[in-house]
Amino acid sequence: MADATALWISGHLAEKIRAHGAETYPHECCGALLGRDLSSVAGSDRGSGAEAPAREILQLFPLVNRRDDSPRNRFSVTPEDVLAAEKAAREQGLEVVGWYHSHPDHPARPSLYDRDHAWPWYSYIIVSIQNGAPQDMTSWRLNDDRAEFSPEEIEIRHRAAV
Amino acid sequence: MPVKVMIPSPLRPYAGKRDSAEFNARTVGEALGHLTTEFGDLRKHLFTEDGKLRSFVNVYVNDEDIRYLAKENTPTKDGDTISIIPSIAGGVPTMELAS
Repeated sequence: MADATALWISGHLAEKIRAHGAETYPHECCGALLGRDLSSVAGSDRGSGAEAPAREILQLFPLVNRRDDSPRNRFSVTPEDVLAAEKAAREQGLEVVGWYHSHPDHPARPSLYDRDHAWPWYSYIIVSIQNGAPQDMTSWRLNDDRAEFSPEEIEIRHRAAV
Repeated sequence: MPVKVMIPSPLRPYAGKRDSAEFNARTVGEALGHLTTEFGDLRKHLFTEDGKLRSFVNVYVNDEDIRYLAKENTPTKDGDTISIIPSIAGGVPTMELAS
C-alpha cells in the first residue's frame, strides 16, 4: 500500500475500545469497526486531494473472544461473528471496515500471528493494556504483498451520529 | 446458469472492484481456481504458498461451510453461491512486524 491512510474516530468510541481492553484484561478483547471507507464514497467529505485517503469509524460491534484455550495472548472471531457484524453494519448503512483487539501487557504493534490472519484493506486497531490500564492505541493496514503492516494515523474527530 | 462467487469488500480491490464473479465450475476448488486465475492478485490472500486455503479463510456453498462437506472437492451446481468469509484472529507479538 503506497498511500498513507488515516482513520477517523470520535473520542467517545476510542475510549470505548480502551475500556473494552481494560474490562477483559488480562484476556484479549476484540470487536468490529463499523463505518465508511471515504475513498469509495462519492461526494464524501474526504476533503482536498492533498488529504490522505481516510475512513471513518461510526460504531463499534464488540465481540466475544472465542479463544478459551489461550485468551491472554490470542483472540479469535468466528465466521458467524463476522457475518453478524456485517449484518449489523448493513442495517445501518455502514460496512465493517476493520477490527480491534487488545495486546495485554504487550506493545500496540502487530505480531507475526496478526499478519498471518489478516487481509489488506481492513483497519486493525490494537490497544496496549499494561497492568490493566489502557496505554497506546494504534491502527494498521496489511500491505498488498502480505509482508508487513503499515501504520495508519488515528485522528480523533467529532462528528454527528449517523 | 453458472456458479456465483461473492467477493468480500477487502478483496474487491484485487478483483477489479467487483463484488461477485460467475464461473462454470463443478467443484468449489474449480470455482476458486477460475477466480484466482482471472484475478491473480487475489491468490495470495486466499491461499498459502503451497496452495492450501489459508486457515482463517472460510468458504461456504450457499449456507454450508465446505469444511463440513468435501472441502474444496465439494460439488457445485448451477445457481449455487459461494461465499468467502474470514475468521478474524490475532494476538500479542512474539515477533514485531511493522514497517
